[in-house]
Amino acid sequence: MSKINSDLSRRRLLLGGAAVGAGALLTACTSNEAAPTAAQTKAADTSGGGNAAPGTKVTIGFSAPAADHGWIAAITNNAKAQAATYTDVEFKSVEAGADAAAQRAALSTLIGQKPTVIVLLPHDGKELNSFGLEAMAAGIPVVNLDRAFPDARAYRTQIMGDNYGMGVAAADFIITQMKAKGVASPIIGEIAGMDELELTQTRSKGFSDTLKAAGFTVANRRAARFTVDSGQQEASQLLQALPKMDALWNHDDDQGVGVLAAINQAGRSEFIMVGGAGSKKAIETIQADNTVLKATVTYSPSMASSAISLARLIGQKKGLADLVELQVPKEIVLASETITKENASSYIQLGF
Amino acid sequence: MTLSDGTGLQAPAQTGPEPALPGGRKRSWAGESGESVTRNLVLVGVLVALIVIGAITQPELYGNSSWVWTNILSILQLASVVGVVTVGMTFVIIGGGIDLSVGAIVALAGVWCTTLATQAYGAAGMIFTAIVVGVAVGLINGVLISYGRLVPFIATLAMLVSARGLAAAISGKQTQISSNTFINSIASSKLFGIPWLVYILAAVAVAGWILLNRTTFGRRTVAVGGNPEAARLAGINVKRHTMLLYGLSGLCCGIAAIMLTSQATSAQAAMGNLYELDAIAAAIIGGTLLSGGRGTIVGSILGVLIFATITNLFAINGLSTEAQNMVKGGIIVAAVLVQQFRFKSLTRFFARN
Repeated sequence: MSKINSDLSRRRLLLGGAAVGAGALLTACTSNEAAPTAAQTKAADTSGGGNAAPGTKVTIGFSAPAADHGWIAAITNNAKAQAATYTDVEFKSVEAGADAAAQRAALSTLIGQKPTVIVLLPHDGKELNSFGLEAMAAGIPVVNLDRAFPDARAYRTQIMGDNYGMGVAAADFIITQMKAKGVASPIIGEIAGMDELELTQTRSKGFSDTLKAAGFTVANRRAARFTVDSGQQEASQLLQALPKMDALWNHDDDQGVGVLAAINQAGRSEFIMVGGAGSKKAIETIQADNTVLKATVTYSPSMASSAISLARLIGQKKGLADLVELQVPKEIVLASETITKENASSYIQLGF
Repeated sequence: MTLSDGTGLQAPAQTGPEPALPGGRKRSWAGESGESVTRNLVLVGVLVALIVIGAITQPELYGNSSWVWTNILSILQLASVVGVVTVGMTFVIIGGGIDLSVGAIVALAGVWCTTLATQAYGAAGMIFTAIVVGVAVGLINGVLISYGRLVPFIATLAMLVSARGLAAAISGKQTQISSNTFINSIASSKLFGIPWLVYILAAVAVAGWILLNRTTFGRRTVAVGGNPEAARLAGINVKRHTMLLYGLSGLCCGIAAIMLTSQATSAQAAMGNLYELDAIAAAIIGGTLLSGGRGTIVGSILGVLIFATITNLFAINGLSTEAQNMVKGGIIVAAVLVQQFRFKSLTRFFARN
């Protein structure tokens, strides 16, 4: 018996030692470089006076969904970084959790802190419309970031990307390329983002509408989940479904890492691919020009930085300096730009 | 059945081949193995039917034999990651537990092994990290359940939330690109025309089959899941065994994390989303009893292959993911219903006559 016991205790000691050692090694393995976000913000130019000069103190309350992929993470980082460039802005951020209900709960605590302006990227514009109305009624202007409220009384200003225009830009690039190559009826694939989001539907509609006008159609469309592994999975199946393809549009560059991996794993290169959003990695890939990825259409998270600047101006009751009006406009829709090898060098600093 | 007498190591007081196990159990093993063969044949039939549907709906694609071969490989690759997770899940479920945290463990192990600091140690460091993280998290689950007396559902649910949280914290909510060419090449290179991922799945499945069917560990797993009290009286250290089962599930998640990182050439906190449900569904379709005590590795792998084939079938026909999810749900219900009706009524029928 005692032999067995001593054997066991020695084994336990060894095991315990190994576990502690492994633990120590692992903790050393978690360090990462912080992602630079300076290029996505605009430093306040205080030399010339005007709007950038410090004014009344503004408290900006900010809420965006908990980040699960690069784009949302960049939104939050940009907002924080932009707020830090102003000396007259106090930035209060509440994380919005995983769904609209959680965000509503987080926002009610934010209202309690009486911010001057609220900047909000809602999980879903329709679901959080009532919050916008409530905050506006309480006298707090709301700047809606990217996901529109249906009710015009629910926001002071709305700044958003152009989802429909993104689809149009991607389709335009593909149409031009196909015509240049002389492909009469190209086989076109599409890898969308999360299908339950309205913005995904809008993007796909812009894409298919524009293709239809040129007489083209989407041969196969798979919806991924904005994550790399889902992008890889859906792309691998799309490639199986279309043994020969001429063009492919992938909605999101973050999931595009997986799409490119699947294309590489399948050894395919007979088509051109267009990305979406404009991540740094994608722009670098386009610049290097050694994969099928030839262009990406922007949907830049720099809009979060602009939203903070707009919120500050609203809080200080100022307008945009270059416009005639004395107040910030009600709605700003960013244009979706097409990044190709030719102009990649000027966009690389805007990649997130 | 000759290996069932190997429990002496654990229970020094006990001699002879597990006398305390109810005698009926041994006979029922023989009966169940015959039944599970029938059950697996039904699953193979479903798989063939799915492929036939594919061939009917896309005759020109299936007419090209080289396309058919790459399609089979693509289905196997699609099944590989979830398949490895499912092997671990099958053990946990047979042992009377459930592991809801597998997707989160895959994400945590994947994120941990792709941090810049880990990547500096090269491929070996990354593989080591992923496996150690997987096993460690699995063992934490096991300790909480065995010695902390938490219900498996609650303990692993808590782990699901916190492991993803930790993964998000480590990654800074960013996608971490793997720049290690060896790791990335696992998914893209082939041996004798078959991708490495498929070999890994096969190796894990074979190892799982041997562990379940040809070792005392496997026999104890069935005993613990079937009747923990009887297993305890038979001299099995039920608590330690349960803890090890969750560790085993964690190990499978660690292996799966490397495979998924290799496939996606990156890792992020949201990866492996809902793998727990895919793995549980595959195990259930494969005939694993959710209350424990019964299940086969072959059945679980067939379950995973059926799901992968459905995904492939919907993709090559250009049908929407919504419809695909509804069909998957229907198949889970149908599979369980068919198994209950057919096998229960048949065995009763034979018992009566």
